[in-house]
Amino acid sequence: MQPDQSIIEDTLNMRQTVSCFHCGQPCKRQDFLSDEKSFCCYGCKTVYEILNENDLCEYYDFEANPGIRFDIDTDETYTYLDNTEISSKLLLFEINGISRVQFYVPAIHCISCIWLLENLNRLDKGILKSEVNFAKKTLLIDFNAKKISLGKVASLLASIGYKPLISLETEKDNPQKNKNNHFIVQLAVAGFCFGNIMLLSFPEYLGIDHLEGNLRDLFSYLNIILALPIILFSGRDYFTSAWKSFKQKQINIDVPIAVGISVLFVRSASDILLYSEPGYMDSLAGLVFFLLIGRWFQGKTYESLSFDRDYKSYFPLAVFRKENDDWKACVVHQLDKGDHIRIRNREIVPADSLLINDSTYVDYSFVTGEANPVRIMAGEKVYAGGRIIGQPAILTIVKKTSQSHLTSLWNNEAFSKPEQKSYQSLMDKVAKRFTWTVLGLALATGLYWYWADAERVWLVVTAVLMVACPCALALAAPFTYGSMLRVLGNHGLYLKNAHVVENMANVDSVVFDKTGTITHGSDSVVWNGTMNEEELKGVKAIASSSTHPLSMLIAKNIQGDGLESLEYYEEFPGKGVSGRIGDMSIQLGSATFVGLEDTKLNATRVYVTINNVQKGHFEIGTAIRPGIKKLVSNLGVKVKALLSGDGPAEEEKMKSIFNASTILKFLQSPHDKLNYISELQSGGNTVMMLGDGLNDSGALKQSNVGIAIADDTGIFTPSCDGILNGAQLEKLDVFLGLSKSALTVLKISLGISLLYNVVGLSFAVTGHLTPLVAAILMPISSISVVAFTTFMVNIIAKKRLS
Amino acid sequence: MSIIILLICISLAIALLFLGGFIWSMKSGQYDDTYGPSVRMLFDDKKKQTKKDK
Repeated sequence: MQPDQSIIEDTLNMRQTVSCFHCGQPCKRQDFLSDEKSFCCYGCKTVYEILNENDLCEYYDFEANPGIRFDIDTDETYTYLDNTEISSKLLLFEINGISRVQFYVPAIHCISCIWLLENLNRLDKGILKSEVNFAKKTLLIDFNAKKISLGKVASLLASIGYKPLISLETEKDNPQKNKNNHFIVQLAVAGFCFGNIMLLSFPEYLGIDHLEGNLRDLFSYLNIILALPIILFSGRDYFTSAWKSFKQKQINIDVPIAVGISVLFVRSASDILLYSEPGYMDSLAGLVFFLLIGRWFQGKTYESLSFDRDYKSYFPLAVFRKENDDWKACVVHQLDKGDHIRIRNREIVPADSLLINDSTYVDYSFVTGEANPVRIMAGEKVYAGGRIIGQPAILTIVKKTSQSHLTSLWNNEAFSKPEQKSYQSLMDKVAKRFTWTVLGLALATGLYWYWADAERVWLVVTAVLMVACPCALALAAPFTYGSMLRVLGNHGLYLKNAHVVENMANVDSVVFDKTGTITHGSDSVVWNGTMNEEELKGVKAIASSSTHPLSMLIAKNIQGDGLESLEYYEEFPGKGVSGRIGDMSIQLGSATFVGLEDTKLNATRVYVTINNVQKGHFEIGTAIRPGIKKLVSNLGVKVKALLSGDGPAEEEKMKSIFNASTILKFLQSPHDKLNYISELQSGGNTVMMLGDGLNDSGALKQSNVGIAIADDTGIFTPSCDGILNGAQLEKLDVFLGLSKSALTVLKISLGISLLYNVVGLSFAVTGHLTPLVAAILMPISSISVVAFTTFMVNIIAKKRLS
Repeated sequence: MSIIILLICISLAIALLFLGGFIWSMKSGQYDDTYGPSVRMLFDDKKKQTKKDK
């Protein structure tokens, strides 16, 4: 019984673990005490003490443990906010020393937060008023700029655990909100008119025809008046959109709707004014009302299904971040303000930052198209998307990485492949033809009914125009590919855009690069030769400036931090690197690069010369990435070739991985790789190239789908179509299979939406469908198609990737 | 029958009033934050609060 007893005691102890008074997390250490209250960390304790000093402990009355644990040690400063240029962008207004600013504070989550943030004036007299918008998690602050600066306000918030997230682009979301409000007013007006028109049409519905004639006329005229706001205000968007498309000599899906609405209105108005007939104003009002409701509901559905690439999937690029005096690889979306990062030659700066070391050259060709590198001095700002040229730069981040910014750079037209057929334009073409067909069909139906039953012509024609909307058709593709994009992104394959999914589905040949793709890391790095400590340090500095896998291996195997600044640095893709440090001029690279005879080798070697003296070579036994063999056998005959820039040292090793039919090519220059790919393509193959870094960029661009492998490099080859996290390479066959399934799902959903249209049209043409029902069916059909594609893709992905 | 005309005018006027009211509330931002005001009214606005023991 004894051991049982101790287990029970243990569990009791566990339960008795004190939770932090501030944030509610269990306290691992018992020494953070203040007023006999326990805290889990220094940060929580500090916040409590600040609040306690200022008599703000009411904060803890509204909700238990309302605080948020945070790291108080961040040396983040908001002093840059005091820069007039920056503060003028953030301040909403500034009059007589009173300034108003709105912060986005993601930490707002409960009543206590609201209370504390609205009592900020008790913490600092400079703050006049603060107001929380809970839904948007924003905080509006009025403050006296003479007493407290903007930077101080921000750091005050940070000190009590409510870090504001500062982005200079926050004001831009306002138009969206206004648009949404405007839409709801349109909907309200439509509902109002619809209800009243129905009310006034009641006598007609009940068939009370012994009413006084003038009263009936009055009702009809009132109906016209009530229908006017519907046409002029609520349904205006359909007309403007149709008109715009006409002006561009095109025809879009709003045209049939606009035609339908105006046909119904003109007909009803002439009925009422000329013939004292009741008209169809009730149908018209209901039509617009339900169309708008459908659109609103559609918008809501898409919003919840939409593929938010920013937060849900990540850009698998990594950079070196300083963590406890050590440089560690870190994925870009984890970078935060104040982090120190080290960017090597040709790596991209992932976030707006300030330069810490003396100077560097930055190539902004991604952003501006200007290829001449710009010289940046210490303390100057480097914008996200710039590429460091030459020796590594140490930077401190001033603005959190924006993945959407990187993605938009990537999608810059300059990097798009020339002969890509676009599903978008294909859909547009279909939609165009479809619209003409519908208009023709409506005309034919009208003519038929004119002879068959002239009474019903107008309603039938309107129903045809309404039900034929090809929305479902147009939305199927973006939603299928979009959800595929998100699924792949979650599993480490980040694609440039939706085209790539389409191309991936057609891939029949896969070509691999060797170093860094098939191989990763090393079994052994052995130095053969002589070098003194000073020289070894120099080699480390040069090697750690390069992102080539072999350089990184060498750098890893030499002690020291390798942060000595270089006087000169240049990288020759596919050959080697060259640099000068102190009075040493160092070359690091292949045998030919350092001026040696190219001998048949049996190992991968990197030669070193210092001041033109041969020092020896590193002999590197690279390790095969785990899972490659299985991947190759799963892909089977699709694997066409292995192209390596290195010598044939590891041919035997490679042969054991690849099938007999795979071509193994060594000593390939970047140009050779490119040529091989285009050869394959001219043979009618759709080629996927997997490679990394500089020497593959040409081949990546030439291939139909170029995937860059990223492990701990920030090399961003804009010409590639996707970035694959190296650890996920073994799943490549699954990814390819998934993109094929996406294509199947798309075809099925196109079939479904066509079926909807055919069935709906056949009912409408034969006069069995009223325009009202058509207006309700239309959004339902598109929502169902969108839901179908999204869920199918996710279900398939879950099944295959689990 | 003229009473019907009067009634219709009144009913339309009232309906318009409510429509106007809705549009006004929409534009003045009353739907922007539906949670904050409901708790804000419960806060004491006492300037000095005696320290409470928990």
